Amino acid sequence: MIRAHKFDVIVVGAGGAGLMAARYAAHNPNVSVAVITKLYPTRSHTGAAQGGVGAALGNVSEDHPEWHAFDTVKGGDYLTDQDVAEAFSHEVIDAVYELEHMGLPFSRTPEGRIAQRKFGGHTREHGKAPVERACYAADRTGHMILQTLFQQSIKDRVHFFNEFHVLDIILDDGECRGVVAYELATGDLHVIQAKATVLATGGNGRMFKVTSNAHALTGDLTSIVWRRGIPIEDPEFYQFHPTGLYKLGVLLTEGARGEGGILRNADGERFMERYAPTIKDLAPRDMVSRAMYLEVREGRGCGPNKDYIHLDLTHIDAHIIEERLPDITEFARIYLGVDPIKEMVPIQPTAHYMMGGVPTTIDTNVISDGANTIIPGLYAAGEVACASLHGANRLGTNSLGDLLVFGRRAGRNASAYAETLDRFPDLPAGVLDHTKGLIDSALNGSHKERVSAIRAELQATMMDNASVFRTAETLATQVEEVERLRERYKQIGVDDKGKRYNTELLEALELGFLLDNAQQLVTAALNRTESRGAHSREDFKERDDAAWLKHTLVYQDGDGVRIDYKPVTLGRYEPKPRVY
Amino acid sequence: MQISMKVRRYDPEKDARPHWQEFNLDVAPTERVLDVLNQIKWELDGSLTFRRSCAHGICGSDAMMINGMNRLACKILVKDLGDKITVEPLRGLPVLKDLIVDMEPFFDSYRAILPYFINDDPPPPRERLQSVEDRARFDDTTKCILCAACTTSCPVFWTNGRYIGPAAIVNAHRFIFDSRDEGSAARLRVLNDANGLWRCRTAYNCTEACPRGIPITKVIEETKRELIWQRM
Repeated sequence: MIRAHKFDVIVVGAGGAGLMAARYAAHNPNVSVAVITKLYPTRSHTGAAQGGVGAALGNVSEDHPEWHAFDTVKGGDYLTDQDVAEAFSHEVIDAVYELEHMGLPFSRTPEGRIAQRKFGGHTREHGKAPVERACYAADRTGHMILQTLFQQSIKDRVHFFNEFHVLDIILDDGECRGVVAYELATGDLHVIQAKATVLATGGNGRMFKVTSNAHALTGDLTSIVWRRGIPIEDPEFYQFHPTGLYKLGVLLTEGARGEGGILRNADGERFMERYAPTIKDLAPRDMVSRAMYLEVREGRGCGPNKDYIHLDLTHIDAHIIEERLPDITEFARIYLGVDPIKEMVPIQPTAHYMMGGVPTTIDTNVISDGANTIIPGLYAAGEVACASLHGANRLGTNSLGDLLVFGRRAGRNASAYAETLDRFPDLPAGVLDHTKGLIDSALNGSHKERVSAIRAELQATMMDNASVFRTAETLATQVEEVERLRERYKQIGVDDKGKRYNTELLEALELGFLLDNAQQLVTAALNRTESRGAHSREDFKERDDAAWLKHTLVYQDGDGVRIDYKPVTLGRYEPKPRVY
Repeated sequence: MQISMKVRRYDPEKDARPHWQEFNLDVAPTERVLDVLNQIKWELDGSLTFRRSCAHGICGSDAMMINGMNRLACKILVKDLGDKITVEPLRGLPVLKDLIVDMEPFFDSYRAILPYFINDDPPPPRERLQSVEDRARFDDTTKCILCAACTTSCPVFWTNGRYIGPAAIVNAHRFIFDSRDEGSAARLRVLNDANGLWRCRTAYNCTEACPRGIPITKVIEETKRELIWQRM
C-alpha cells in the first residue's frame, strides 16, 4: 500500500540534531512539522555520547570562545572553515544554557553552576595548557541531551513517524520536495511531501569492524543523496577514538583522561609524553590513536598478542570514578570483566565519527557544488552534515555542540523557508520507482550471496586498509575490494519475504548504503596525497598546504567516483605546524 | 562453547500462535545474547526479528525476557547464563513479531506524567543554579533509558495493562525531585489516579529488572511519600 502525507517541514532522524531542528521548526506556529526515524527517538546514538559538550562558560577556569575556536581550527588541522568555527564557539554557549533551561540535569560545581572538565585538544591561551571546557552530566551527557530534547518534543507535540526507514529523497528541478519512507510495521511505502527537509541521520561507522557506532549507523543519507547527484564532502576524514573497549569498540569517554586517566604501553610507560609533551594524554584523538598504533607496531602493545593499550584510572580516587564515570566503569566490568578502580582497562582505537558528510553552508543549506550552490528546501545538521566545523579531525565534545548549534539553525531556517512557499510544489512522476526497485532487488535477488558475509568482509578490510594509517597500496587494494563487494552485492537476497517488521530486508538495503559510503571514503583517501588530521598517509607523511588546503567533493559517476574541490574558508588563524 | 538457544517465535503473517524454536550454536562465552541473536539472524535464519541499536546497554532497544528475567540482550553475556538460554518477548505488551512488542502503550503512560521540565519563570541569562546535593537528589532517575524492562516485569501491570507502571513513575520522580521544576502538583495528580502509583504492590521485580541499576522500588516509595506529604 502507498500512503501520502504533507508537512511544511520534515526532519529525518531523531537524535540530537533532528530533535533540536524539530523543536526550532515547531516554534513557528505557521508550519507543520514531522520527524521520521528508523528507530524510536530515544534509541538514537546521541544517547551514547558520554563526556560532555564543549562551551567556553568559564565556570571552572577562565575561558573564551576565541580559545575554543582556535582549538577547533587547530584540532581540525586547518581544514576547518574558520567562519564556521567562530560562529559555533559563540553560539554553543547559548545552546548549552538553553539545554539547562530545558531542564537538562548537568553535573554541578560547588557553586551550583554547570560542571566542566578537561578534554582532548581543548586548551587555554591557544595551546598553553588543558582547560575545563566540557560541560557534562556524569558520563552520560549525550543520554541527557537526547532525553531532554525528546521530553521537549512531547511538550511541543511534535509528530513522529517512528520506525519509518527513509529510502529516497525527492528532488525535482534542483529542489527538494520530501522523502520516500518504508514503514517497518507494515511494509507500506509512504510519500512524505515537504516544503523543507532536514537531514539529521548521523554517521556511517558500521563500515568498520571495530566501532563505537550503533548497528543503525549505516550512512543511509550520505548514500541516498549521493545517488541523487549531491556530492559528499571530505569523506576521507574519519575519526578513530583512542579509547574503545578492546575488540568490542564500545566507547570509553575521553573524559576519563580529562579526569586524570593515563594511557600506558606494555612497559607501563606513559607514552603520550613522547608524542605530545605539553598536553600528553589530552592530545586530540587523531594523534592519540596514531600513537597507540605505533606503540603496538613497535612491539610495546599489551596482552598475550601485544595488540592493545592500557587505560589506567587506578590512581584516581574511587569515588570520583563512581560519581563522574559510572557508565564506562560498568562497561569495563560487564564486557571485559575488568574493574577500572583496581585494574587497567584494555583498549584500542575504535571507528567513531565522520568529519565529512553532506556539504552545507554555515546556515545548514545543502549545497550541490564547490561554488556553494544551494539546493532549495534541503538542509542537513549533525554528523550527517559537513558544515566544515571539524575539518580533518573533530575535537572531543564538538559533536554534541555541532548538533545543538546546527540543529537549531536547520530548524529555524527550514521553517522560515517553508513559510515563504504558499503551496506544496507538485511531485515528479514515478516518485516511487527507485525505492520499489531497491526493495524488489533485495526481496527477489538471486540470494547467491549473504548480506552478513559481504558486510563482515567490508568491515574487516576497511579496518585493515583504510583506518588509522593508510598508504597508496592499502587504499588501492581497498578500492578494488569495495568494487568486488559491490559486484557481489548484486547477488544478495533475503530469507524473510514478509511485510511485517522485515528487518532483514532493511539490513540488506543498509549494506548497499554502507558500500557507497566505503567507496566515497577510500576513493577520496587514495586521491589525497598528504597527511592531515585523521587522514594519515604513510607514503605522504607531511601536511601539504600548497596542494591540499582544500575540501574534497566526491560525486557518484556511473559506477565510479568523480572528484572535485571546494576552498577552505581561512580567517585569523594562519595554518601552522600542529604540535601539542 | 556449545549452547542451545530457545526463542519464542511469532510471525502474524504465518503463525496462528507463538511457538518455540531451538538453535544449537557454537559461541564464545564472552559474547552478548545480542551477538548470539545476530549470529542466528545472519547465518541461520534471516527472519528472526528483534530490535537492536547501540549494542552496549544505552539505547534501550533490546529489552527482552532472557531465562525468565527481563534484561537487555546486549548487556548480558552467555557465560553468565550457561549453555541453555531461552529468549522471549517482554510480557504484558502485544507481540508484533518474534521479539518485537508494541511499545505504544508503554510510551502512552510515559507521556501521561508530563515528562518534561516545567518552570514558567523567565530563565536567567546564564544557568539556573542547583547545588550538588539538590542535583544528587534525583540522579538515579535520570539514568532511565525507557527500555520497558521494569514495567513489563511488574505482576500488577501483567494483570492490569492500564497501570501506569514503574517506568512512568521513575520519570515522574526525575522531575518531582528536581529543585528547579515546578510541575510536581500536576504530575502527582496523574499518579494519584486509580491506575496510578497506589497500584504498586512492592514486588521488587522492577528493581531487579532495571538494566541501569535504578532502585525503582525505593523511588516509588519516595514518590508515594511525596504524594501523601503534598496531600497533607
